[in-house]
Amino acid sequence: MDYVIEMLNIRKEFPGIVANDNINLQVKKGEIHALLGENGAGKSTLMNVLFGLYQPEKGEIRVRGEQANITDPNIANDLGIGMVHQHFMLVDTFTVTENIVLGSEPKRMGQVNLKRAEKEVQELSERYGLNVDPRAKIRDISVGMQQRVEILKTLYRGAEILILDEPTAVLTPQEIKELIDIMKSLVSEGKSIILITHKLKEIMEVCDRCTVIRKGQGIGTVEVSETNPTELASLMVGREVSFSTEKTPADPKETFLSIKDLRVKDVRGVEMVKGLNLNVRAGEIVGIAGVDGNGQSELIEAITGLRKTESGDIKLHEKAITNLTPRKVTQSGISHIPQDRHKFGLVLDFPVGENMVLQSYYNEPFSKNGVMNFKNIYKKANELIEEYDVRTPDAYTKARALSGGNQQKAIIGREVDRSPDLIIAAQPTRGLDVGAIEFIHKKLIEERDKGRAVLLLSFELEEIMNLSDRIAVMFDGQIVAEVKPEETNEQDLGLLMAGNSTSKAGGE
Amino acid sequence: MLFSNRMINILIPIISVVLGLLSGAIIMLVFGYNPIEGYAALWNGAFGDSYFLGETLRQVTPYILSGLAVAFALRTGLLNIGVEGQVFVGWLASVAVGISFDLPMIIHLPLAILAAALAGAFWGFIPGILKAKLGVHEVIVTIMMNYIALYISNDIVRNVLTDGEDRTAEIAPSASLASEWLASMTYFSRLHYGLIVALFMALVMWFVLNKTTRGFELRSVGFNQNASKYAGMSVGKNIVLAMVISGAFAGLAGAMEGLGTFGYMNVKSGFTNIGFDGIAVALLGANMALGVVLAAFLFGTLKIGALNMPTEAGVPTELVEIVIALIIFFVASSYIIRWAFLRFKKEGK
Repeated sequence: MDYVIEMLNIRKEFPGIVANDNINLQVKKGEIHALLGENGAGKSTLMNVLFGLYQPEKGEIRVRGEQANITDPNIANDLGIGMVHQHFMLVDTFTVTENIVLGSEPKRMGQVNLKRAEKEVQELSERYGLNVDPRAKIRDISVGMQQRVEILKTLYRGAEILILDEPTAVLTPQEIKELIDIMKSLVSEGKSIILITHKLKEIMEVCDRCTVIRKGQGIGTVEVSETNPTELASLMVGREVSFSTEKTPADPKETFLSIKDLRVKDVRGVEMVKGLNLNVRAGEIVGIAGVDGNGQSELIEAITGLRKTESGDIKLHEKAITNLTPRKVTQSGISHIPQDRHKFGLVLDFPVGENMVLQSYYNEPFSKNGVMNFKNIYKKANELIEEYDVRTPDAYTKARALSGGNQQKAIIGREVDRSPDLIIAAQPTRGLDVGAIEFIHKKLIEERDKGRAVLLLSFELEEIMNLSDRIAVMFDGQIVAEVKPEETNEQDLGLLMAGNSTSKAGGE
Repeated sequence: MLFSNRMINILIPIISVVLGLLSGAIIMLVFGYNPIEGYAALWNGAFGDSYFLGETLRQVTPYILSGLAVAFALRTGLLNIGVEGQVFVGWLASVAVGISFDLPMIIHLPLAILAAALAGAFWGFIPGILKAKLGVHEVIVTIMMNYIALYISNDIVRNVLTDGEDRTAEIAPSASLASEWLASMTYFSRLHYGLIVALFMALVMWFVLNKTTRGFELRSVGFNQNASKYAGMSVGKNIVLAMVISGAFAGLAGAMEGLGTFGYMNVKSGFTNIGFDGIAVALLGANMALGVVLAAFLFGTLKIGALNMPTEAGVPTELVEIVIALIIFFVASSYIIRWAFLRFKKEGK
């Protein structure tokens, strides 16, 4: 067999944890090979071993049939292995070309020869259909473009094997399509790609073979053409996974949240929410569908007190909560699962336990007369960790050390546990694997069935369709239509989100 | 496992100190001095007899407080470069109260100490409120406030507290931290009760930051302002409060000099460096209360011990400044030591 990369019986330990145990990964030349696993299963660890960032305790790596001892990323580079990290490593104020040559600049008489570099970058870009402007500044180009710059960076350094770490997590649907084309053109030129992902759809669409890791163990490698998403999902989580969420019809009761003629400006002073009306009732999930940037973030920030409104009313149980402080909003019975869990949801340098009481630390039994009671805090934290299946070594571990899914489960545990009347869930499953998504969806439905109101914001139409009892389509700062999920489909929703109101959907 | 992370965190400052001392020894050798004699003189100068020990502890006292001031601000995400100026206003305020009243000691001394803390707090409040309300970076403002403090203090000493003199009158005995008991025990060094105040304040800092809800908020705001706002904390209020508390610690450091060591305030041509050294003390002490106390002890030892090096070993005091600078250098570049450690760990397997 003609393998370009073979990782055999790899074992990698961290203090108290075996991240990789006896994992095998064999990548053929010219294939797109998926590396599938839940958040925290050990995919990134394995790739960091291949890229020379970690040294394995046991096992063997062969590159093009020859045993390789990859002790640092430079050796990986020399062997033709390039990695595109999930978080880009680019200098914002530099041009595309400057970023690409950074560290291996072509020099002429001691000066960087940018002209030559620009030409080379242009050539590479055209050859693989990347369509990147070598002279654009990084800060001026889109996230999708930045990712291509990262890909170009590895190609410029002569990479034959590209590792892409969850490349689609940050992309729009259109950009994902383009990336898939790029990946196809790369393999047609003889490159090999290892695609780290937990999105089954993508694997089915582009990959040739797929290696599955579960909880640090290698589960095996399957031919994608001989499998289906259901099988992959159960291989990944180790049990049957249901894709469409089971739920009974909603039984909405009295109106909990009512928003009237709300207007909100963004940071730049541009009006983003333009006279919006919306009601959410007890016992129902209302999903806000819309293309990012149509005022959704501003709407949620306005409800939760993070942003001042210009005019209009927000009421919870007929009591005005407009422009209250975030603390007052929380106390009035609203929980908020924020869109950006790192920026808003957690203090990453605090232990998980302290993050669990981020809003309630000043209440008994977590503190008394201004003195914290850590015994009670950690008792509560351990209960939540248990109940919400937050996988962490212990409650004293910093939130930063947890995988995204477990961070999100911690936030959801904290927010739901307060027994709020209204739960605002903004992109609650962004970047999570199917197991975690299933868990979170189940929790939200459970809360609905307990008679709570849930306001869901998501850019994933599938999630909106699956979870909502009522869909409110947001476009240009207003709710332009309200539809029932069973009476619509993704195409119609897409049209509404683009601003075309149809006669079928009775808008407000 | 060979070393835990905790062990490494404790070992790094110790290794930095050792490396600093070793580099100092090499420099002494290069310039033709005997490093063993030099360090022996340093040791004798700091601990050689009870007088030197007393003086060392006397020097440690303001260092603890200025170190706590810097550390407290850093733990809440603020860089208080203005400790120096806050020391000045604290010193001035304590002496002003000390010379202006005639009260029973039980009222007078706490009043003078409190005045110093309030003055320092006020000096910290200004950059705090500017940052909270207008987003002005605290480093710029605190640097400027240092100069304002220096020259205003000089003017007040010369034109308000005296009539054109270069130093104020002695404070009333009822406002003095001086201790006959401690002085006589240490062969009439200037050691005073301030050391107890400083150690107590270290305890206060540990308690406030780690055990109170206020400390929880302060640390939270220091790490992540967005998440703190989301969680319902007032970011601005906590920034101001952090600077006020930090300034109060610094003001107390000034009181140690005004009410303890000197008993007066004089016109100064430049900074005392107590505040600036506090930055190094905080850094070496990893911004933790106990760490600050230990680091202040080291700095006090080096400062006082150095005075003996020219007389006993003929080594100039400047060399000790170099050693101190080298220690700070090694602490600041602790990631090199950390890296070496991890490397060593790996090879050891």
